[in-house]
Amino acid sequence: MSDILLQVEDLRTSFFTRAGEVKAVDGVSFYVREGETFGIVGESACGKTVTGLSILRLLPEPAGRIVGGKIILDGTNLLELSKKEMRAYRGRMISMILQDPMTSLNPVYTIGNQIAESVRLHQKLQDDMVEDEVISALRLLRIPAPEQRLNDYPFQMSGGMRQRVVGSIAMSCRPRLLIADEPTTALDATIQAQYLALFKDIQKQTDVGIIFITHDFGVIASMCHRVAVMYAGKIMETAATSTIFKAPQHPYTTALINSVPRLDRKDDRLYSIEGQPPSLLNLPPGCRFAPRCPDVMEICHAQQPPEVKISDGHSVSCWKVK
Amino acid sequence: MQETVSENEIIVEPVVGGMTRRARIVRRLTFIIPVTILSLIVLIAIFAPLLAPFDPVKISLTDRLLPPFFAEGGSTEHFMGTDKLGRDVLSRLIFGARISLSVSLLVILITSTIGTTLGIIGGYLGGRTEALLMRITDISLSFPAILVAMLLVVSMGPSFTTVVLAVSLLGWAPYARLIRGETLKLREADFVAQARIIGSSSIRIMLRHIFPNIVNPLIIIMTLQIGLLILVEASLSFLGVGIPPPAPSWGNMVNDGRNLIDIAWWISTFPGIAIGLVVLSGNFLGDWLRDKLDPRLRQI
Repeated sequence: MSDILLQVEDLRTSFFTRAGEVKAVDGVSFYVREGETFGIVGESACGKTVTGLSILRLLPEPAGRIVGGKIILDGTNLLELSKKEMRAYRGRMISMILQDPMTSLNPVYTIGNQIAESVRLHQKLQDDMVEDEVISALRLLRIPAPEQRLNDYPFQMSGGMRQRVVGSIAMSCRPRLLIADEPTTALDATIQAQYLALFKDIQKQTDVGIIFITHDFGVIASMCHRVAVMYAGKIMETAATSTIFKAPQHPYTTALINSVPRLDRKDDRLYSIEGQPPSLLNLPPGCRFAPRCPDVMEICHAQQPPEVKISDGHSVSCWKVK
Repeated sequence: MQETVSENEIIVEPVVGGMTRRARIVRRLTFIIPVTILSLIVLIAIFAPLLAPFDPVKISLTDRLLPPFFAEGGSTEHFMGTDKLGRDVLSRLIFGARISLSVSLLVILITSTIGTTLGIIGGYLGGRTEALLMRITDISLSFPAILVAMLLVVSMGPSFTTVVLAVSLLGWAPYARLIRGETLKLREADFVAQARIIGSSSIRIMLRHIFPNIVNPLIIIMTLQIGLLILVEASLSFLGVGIPPPAPSWGNMVNDGRNLIDIAWWISTFPGIAIGLVVLSGNFLGDWLRDKLDPRLRQI
């Protein structure tokens, strides 16, 4: 594995609502290497998507704000860029794929037109060159007969095809970093497998670093090199994918993995974690998982656990691990 | 298309989209009739000099108060009779279509442009900009439009331009309110987020991604405004603060005949019918378009 592409340090993102400050992302640090897929996994509303949007600096303003930390892409701290400089980074250096392919394309334009928009925004090219770029972007996502398909409107395509088009738009300027926010959740199982395989292939061709946001451990297992487990705005455990599955250290990671239905075991009931995630408005003083943790100790309720590095590339925030 | 299903229709009345065949025909007529009437009137307005048998402002006192051809004492020379100055009512009606239609079309153009721009900006940017723009819209909507227009025309002196400007001054507000609502919905759409992700600027998103998606409701409200504006222009002219005489507008023609309604009913009646036809056609067409393009807007 090669150079570090993205380094996120102590990222803090809050939403300022009438009820108070909601700390959606609370001191998150991780890095992504070139050509690597880094997974972020966790329950709904644990801050996965907000982390992704923070990197693009596309939080819903004025409520959402990045209140601290650094996001360093290829040596540049994105949080220090002007709005205009940041716009030039979006699409060209970093891109993102959203969850629902049915709504993420504009219904009034052909798909060729929409890919061309992204190409034109970042490169001054002649019209026939733009079309070449559009076709090559469609080809990269293995859309059959790209010369004809580029004249299609989104409504003429299936969900799977549309998500490939969304991928083509995202990859049209060959960004260095791609944030994929549950891109396969809206697809059915076979199409999902195809799509994931396609992205592994694209990564080999383009060396793009991918942040893969998901709640599906199956997707993590097949896609990611390393993975971070997030809970209530904090990273609980970071490790290589194989380590996470073989030797999870954090009780939350263990619980999540146990919640995945398994084919090789005959269980009567699927394991589930008791209780609800804490309200981000009113966080417990100690470990966020303490109220639901099966291995809870006294100190867990009183103090936040520090991040402990137990081996190279494996760190855990839990009092149990010392 | 019709032939291929006709065999089935003999056996069962097919119900398409919750409507029987008869209801669909009626529905289609509410489109065909108003479109025909409106296009006819537009054509008449365009070719007015060719169609009008007389000069609309030429006074001929010897021919005054002639009744229309079908009434007692009328002749086919003055088809719809003449007014108190002996001017041909038909010719004035034909030329009046020009003025009445161009006032309402110009006003629609001006108000829809202003209203759409403000609506999109307010809806997309949100925050203080939106609050400010929408309060101005609310204030504009709370003024009695006709009174303000009258005040303006009186203070600036009646002319074609003043009438257009006076009516436009408050007329943009309904557009701003509707378009802002539509924009609010689109602002949260994933394809707008996608446009931001690839690095589009706000202006670009408003023009390229929001605007084309609000064209349908915009067309509907513009059509519904045709009738309303013809009425507003007619009301102003009727009150004597509209298009200044001797130029004919439907409103000032109705006004001209007001005092003579018991002895020369035709002077007011024919322009009155014309106003009624355009207003009805505009409203029917608007309703039809609304059902066709955007069933969500039924309540407007």
